Amino acid sequence: MLFYGPPGTGKTTTALAIAHQLFGPELYKSRVLELNASDDRGINVVRTKIKGFAAVAVGSGQRQGIIEPLASRCAKFRFKPLSEEIMSSRITYICNQEGLNLDAEALSTISSISQGDLRRAITYLQSAARLFGSSISSKDLISVSGVIPQEVVDALFAACKSGNFDLANKEVNNVIAEGYPVSQMFSQLFDIIVEADDLSDEQKARICRKLGEADKCLVDGADEYLQLLDVAGSTMRALCNMPEEFSYN
Amino acid sequence: MLWVDKYRPKTLDQVLVHQDIAQNLKKLVTEEDCPHLLFYGPSGSGKKTLIMALLRQIFGSSAEKVKVENKTWKVDAGSRTIDLELTTLSSTNHVELSPSDAGFQDRYIVQEIIKEMAKNRPIDTKGRKGVLVNLVSGNAYLAYDAIFLVLNEVDKLSREAQHSLRRTMEKYSAYCRLILCCNSSSKVSEAIRSRCLNVRINAPTEEQIVKVLEFIGKKEGLQIPSGFTARIAEKSNRSLRRAILSFETCRVQQYPFTSNQAIPPMDWEEYIFEIASDIMKEQSPKRLYQVRQKLYELLVNCIPPEIILKRLLYELLKKLDAELKHEVCRWAAYYEHRMRLGQKAIFHIEAFVAKFMSIYKSFLIATFG
Repeated sequence: MLFYGPPGTGKTTTALAIAHQLFGPELYKSRVLELNASDDRGINVVRTKIKGFAAVAVGSGQRQGIIEPLASRCAKFRFKPLSEEIMSSRITYICNQEGLNLDAEALSTISSISQGDLRRAITYLQSAARLFGSSISSKDLISVSGVIPQEVVDALFAACKSGNFDLANKEVNNVIAEGYPVSQMFSQLFDIIVEADDLSDEQKARICRKLGEADKCLVDGADEYLQLLDVAGSTMRALCNMPEEFSYN
Repeated sequence: MLWVDKYRPKTLDQVLVHQDIAQNLKKLVTEEDCPHLLFYGPSGSGKKTLIMALLRQIFGSSAEKVKVENKTWKVDAGSRTIDLELTTLSSTNHVELSPSDAGFQDRYIVQEIIKEMAKNRPIDTKGRKGVLVNLVSGNAYLAYDAIFLVLNEVDKLSREAQHSLRRTMEKYSAYCRLILCCNSSSKVSEAIRSRCLNVRINAPTEEQIVKVLEFIGKKEGLQIPSGFTARIAEKSNRSLRRAILSFETCRVQQYPFTSNQAIPPMDWEEYIFEIASDIMKEQSPKRLYQVRQKLYELLVNCIPPEIILKRLLYELLKKLDAELKHEVCRWAAYYEHRMRLGQKAIFHIEAFVAKFMSIYKSFLIATFG
């Protein structure tokens, strides 16, 4: 069997549940071997350890990563990201069991910031409960999740729209001083830009291309301030319809 | 003793700047078992202070009795053995180190140390978690059977090291709690972040810095003219450490303070300011050569290359037209990225300077002929 789908959608849980159902609690220990192939253990472990086991269940984050000869030998099951309703009902259940208080706003916040990943939602919930006690507000959840408050993102976007470079630079400095992760800022900026009604396709494309480049640079370890400033500059040029290329060349 | 050390808050209750975070941390460690923690925020925002205060909260004053050791590990890496040397700071209950100092062999450090610590866990607490009462002070402390490992600069760890950190974290979580500390959490892999409780430490605002400086001034019995601390705070770039250092420098240079007393900039900043004026004045190969000497001077004095580049950009941006600003910051980002991928920082800083000269020159020609 091949289980694939994004993280936190229950692949491992399902696999383990199947194993439990098949073998029962006594045999379980001797019959089940759990390996994380991504732990770069190499070919040897896969060869030697798996030999003694008959059935193999494979879990994967991305379908593309599995080579075709392997995929074609498995029964494939796709795990979709969880819908907000499923998420909310599970979170509510946990809250009841653990004696936590979540208002309606917090409940919808947790479903939206965890983007269909139930494990992430539960981690946020637990972190918030540990830090802030049993009454959890939407603000508490945002602070433990590392999501940047919307007003901060909006302020940066507004500064880009204004066409004033120094203002944008000031906002960028503020984001860095507040310690917000820039990769997170990129993904939230991306959401604003994709959903904006008043931007032309060309403007959106220009900004998104820059976001992609800058994201890659961050992964390479480039400086957060410089990358964010560069993105802010490019966004400003796109929003104010300034030419992409430098005109004195 | 420098004021930065003298007035560093020792306990979570003494913290002046991040009081809310401190109180939450206190609740966290007194209530139940402590999760792995990841502190992130800009430098000089108080991450380290909070971590030390947290350890003190857990272990009492024994957390302050630290010894510095230069340890060597023999690591078995497949066909050969590698000797690794690293400086660690440890007390009976915690070990602190910067694994990224081991360069590209950082992943062995992470694995080896945690394994070793799992073997020699503290014996006096005999396994179980319980309450230890300090007989002298009468305070009760939670005793963990796990040792605390403080890792600095985790954002500088290689991908492999982060992978192995993640595995070790799960495998040995019964024996050790990790406290990770870094500047930018973007560079820490999602897998690690999601296994820790993330604590964002923002840089203190200028008002908060003023408050701390006034507090120190009062303790030292200083007369401070109004507006003086505000000027220091403004120049500190929201780094508390830096503000306190320059406050002390002012005290050494001239006391009693006068309201118009100059706040001395750092030497290296002064130097970069000169470089910026140099390249604004003349754009030629000869000037580039002169600037290279100065850049070398900064590098041999251990100013990190990305700091040089950022400061240079900062100085240049102050003097340029809006359109040029866009172009210059774009190239600064470009060359800083290349510098990360490359090996010799000087090439890339110099390339940026040359690029700037060419942009600026063509701008001058187009505008003034």
